Amino acid sequence: MFIETKNLVFEYIERDEEGNPTGVKRAVDDVSLQVKKGEFIAILGHNGSGKSTLAKQLNALLYPTEGSVFIDGMDSAEDENVIPIRQKVGMVFQNPDNQIIGTVVEEDVAFGPENLGVPTDEIRQRVDESLKVLGMYDLRLHSPNHLSGGQKQRVAIAGVVAMHPTCIILDESTAMLDPGGRAEVIRAARALNDVEEITVILITHYMDEIIYANRVFVMNEGKVVMQGSPEEVFSNVETLRALRLDLPVVTQLAESLRESGVKIPSGILTTERLIEELKKCR
Amino acid sequence: MSIILNHVSHIYSEGTADEVRALDDVSLEIADGEFLGLIGHTGSGKSTLVQHMNALLKPTSGQVLYNGEDIWAKGSDKARIRSKVGLVFQYPEYQLFETDVFTDVCFGPKNLGLSRVEAEARAYEALERMNFPKERWYMSPFDLSGGQKRRVAIAGVLAMKPEVLILDEPTAGLDPYGRRELLDMLKGLQRDEGLTVVLISHCMDDVAGYADRAVVMEKGKVFMNGTPAEVFFRHRELEEIGLGAPSVTYIMEKLAAAGFDVKTDVMNVEDAAKEIRGCLRI
Amino acid sequence: MFKDITLGQFYQADSVMHSLDPRTKLVGTFLYIIALFIANDAAAMAAAVVFLCIAIALSRVPASFMFRGMKGIALILLLTVGFNIFLTPGVPIWTWGPLKVTAEGLRSAAFLACRLVLLISGTSVMTLTTTPNSLTDAMESLLLPLTHIKVPVHEIALMMSIALRFIPILMEETDKIMKAQMARGADFESGNFMKRAKSMVPILVPLFVSAFRRASDLAMAMEARCYSGGEGRTKLKPLKYGRGDVVAYIVQIAFVAAVILL
Repeated sequence: MFIETKNLVFEYIERDEEGNPTGVKRAVDDVSLQVKKGEFIAILGHNGSGKSTLAKQLNALLYPTEGSVFIDGMDSAEDENVIPIRQKVGMVFQNPDNQIIGTVVEEDVAFGPENLGVPTDEIRQRVDESLKVLGMYDLRLHSPNHLSGGQKQRVAIAGVVAMHPTCIILDESTAMLDPGGRAEVIRAARALNDVEEITVILITHYMDEIIYANRVFVMNEGKVVMQGSPEEVFSNVETLRALRLDLPVVTQLAESLRESGVKIPSGILTTERLIEELKKCR
Repeated sequence: MSIILNHVSHIYSEGTADEVRALDDVSLEIADGEFLGLIGHTGSGKSTLVQHMNALLKPTSGQVLYNGEDIWAKGSDKARIRSKVGLVFQYPEYQLFETDVFTDVCFGPKNLGLSRVEAEARAYEALERMNFPKERWYMSPFDLSGGQKRRVAIAGVLAMKPEVLILDEPTAGLDPYGRRELLDMLKGLQRDEGLTVVLISHCMDDVAGYADRAVVMEKGKVFMNGTPAEVFFRHRELEEIGLGAPSVTYIMEKLAAAGFDVKTDVMNVEDAAKEIRGCLRI
Repeated sequence: MFKDITLGQFYQADSVMHSLDPRTKLVGTFLYIIALFIANDAAAMAAAVVFLCIAIALSRVPASFMFRGMKGIALILLLTVGFNIFLTPGVPIWTWGPLKVTAEGLRSAAFLACRLVLLISGTSVMTLTTTPNSLTDAMESLLLPLTHIKVPVHEIALMMSIALRFIPILMEETDKIMKAQMARGADFESGNFMKRAKSMVPILVPLFVSAFRRASDLAMAMEARCYSGGEGRTKLKPLKYGRGDVVAYIVQIAFVAAVILL
């Protein structure tokens, strides 16, 4: 098992303006989950459901209050595991501007390997490779300030890929992008999963991005309340609505047909599947 | 005829090497009380366009008329025009600065020279209209969640009692539930209070679902202008410029291609379901 | 439109000066400035002019670029030259009313003007041929010995390069916040000094909040990419002296020696 959390709890102290503690917030509440190498996982949940906090637990940016997190067998609570864990589980954040450190694209991609103490020749090799994988090689000498949102996020992903991770977490990395940029990022994530066999954990609000996942976790109030294949999860229409979540448009259409008496199964996620089922009704 | 743009062009850094023609001979009329969707990808000129509507940018050539008066004529009162044409920028929560929510919402009305009592009355009304929970009115705006901050920022513009409300991507980064809630609220303002709403959006589904008219911008020009049905009917042309149609339209096209006798110019799930049921005779 | 602001004034070209190690150029500029202040006769000044001309020729930067920087100091140049000509005591060679031009005045004005022009164009050669980033690297490397007396050299260099990346972003943000507040009726143009200073609050508070948010996001992103201080870090582009640098150092030392001896 590559990622394993056991009864993971994370609490932080809420403070008022003067810094006096006002209460304890349980952001992650008793989460036990497992992720295998090479999986494509999606984590869903409305704003404030604890999904980003969970993600930060998985690469030792935060540590468990109770329970434990194991990455490739390493306990994240042990200090000497922190850097190896962060090397294995890379993270791409939401705001493209606030995660690019270099003033030139290739220098930014080199930042991770430089921190790991990779020899100079190999850094060059890794930087060129990962920029090519992300289709950003031609822009390697550009300033990040002149790139589009989707391109900036691809630079950020290249920066993680250059660290040779086993897993990449995309923490709402598409939330601030336009549809074109979102498509670029999702395409890149799928390619990394398919071709490079990198485990991908995709945190998103956009339901249409989830259909590519092997497994979906749905979070609410710090707990994992549903998990399963996208079809299984999207069959529970009522529960999803109660959790303030949406359905992909095809699924909405299929549900609306089903409710009005058309005999098709629930959990339809693609138009092709819908057509197939509707053909049976004719 | 609330806002008329008459052959408006705008050139940034005119006469330098970085000269950019952001708007190119745009003529457009925004009628009183309509809900206008403004579409275009990043850099198409839509943000520049809306900044002309409330006198934040001066056209390089051409005229902008508000209720028949040229807003750049000598002696025109730009502060008054800015209060009548409210503009909510992208990620408006970044403009909050006061120590509590209520005082922040008072900022706009106070700038209009209203008395304290009147300014507070308007802030009260605006927060109520945004459905902002009362127990948070006197909290620091920096302690709110992203979605709540955004409502406070929109209330801050509403408190100026604008006749036209322009919003640049107001739903960016919100979860699906938050998106719908906000859009429903805007629709309510237009329907019940006669406010003219201009919504800049990347999301074709939102424009199809909420707008009375859609304007598509491309390379600083008006590329299309019509009802959402008219505009999305030409979605092949939209795809050529990197945009598209609402998701339902594509589903219906695939159904039609698979031999189902359905109309394809459908824009929402209910109509699509009705169309399919008709075709299946259920 | 703030996106297009480039800090410094780097001029992209493929030249001998561009290919020198930034440390060589930094040390060279430093030596050159010292030499300018030692030089006190015509021969030494002539040596400096020759040195500068060679550097400019090797940089392949058009002369117009080189002297663009002069515009900014034209007024200061004129004033100091004027003061020197008229206010230096000595043997008058020409008088007009209370104004006296002395031989000593003419001489010191000429030297001063030479020095200023040579100083500005000399440092321009460095900034035009070196990116701000490699200058930061050079400073980090040259100041490294200071780490022994607990100066956080690596951290300072990192801060400088992060600042270089974020200044354009924050400028753009300032413009956005200003417009957003103007859309809420804020007025930044009228009123007395106090009123204007007060009207800056709605810009400065959001700007600071945003800068802090960006800083904390960036710190998180850096940690996620295994940053843990300067120790054990390697570099994509380590600074390396080449043969050209050796030659450049010899020329520089010869130049300083010449100025001292002349």
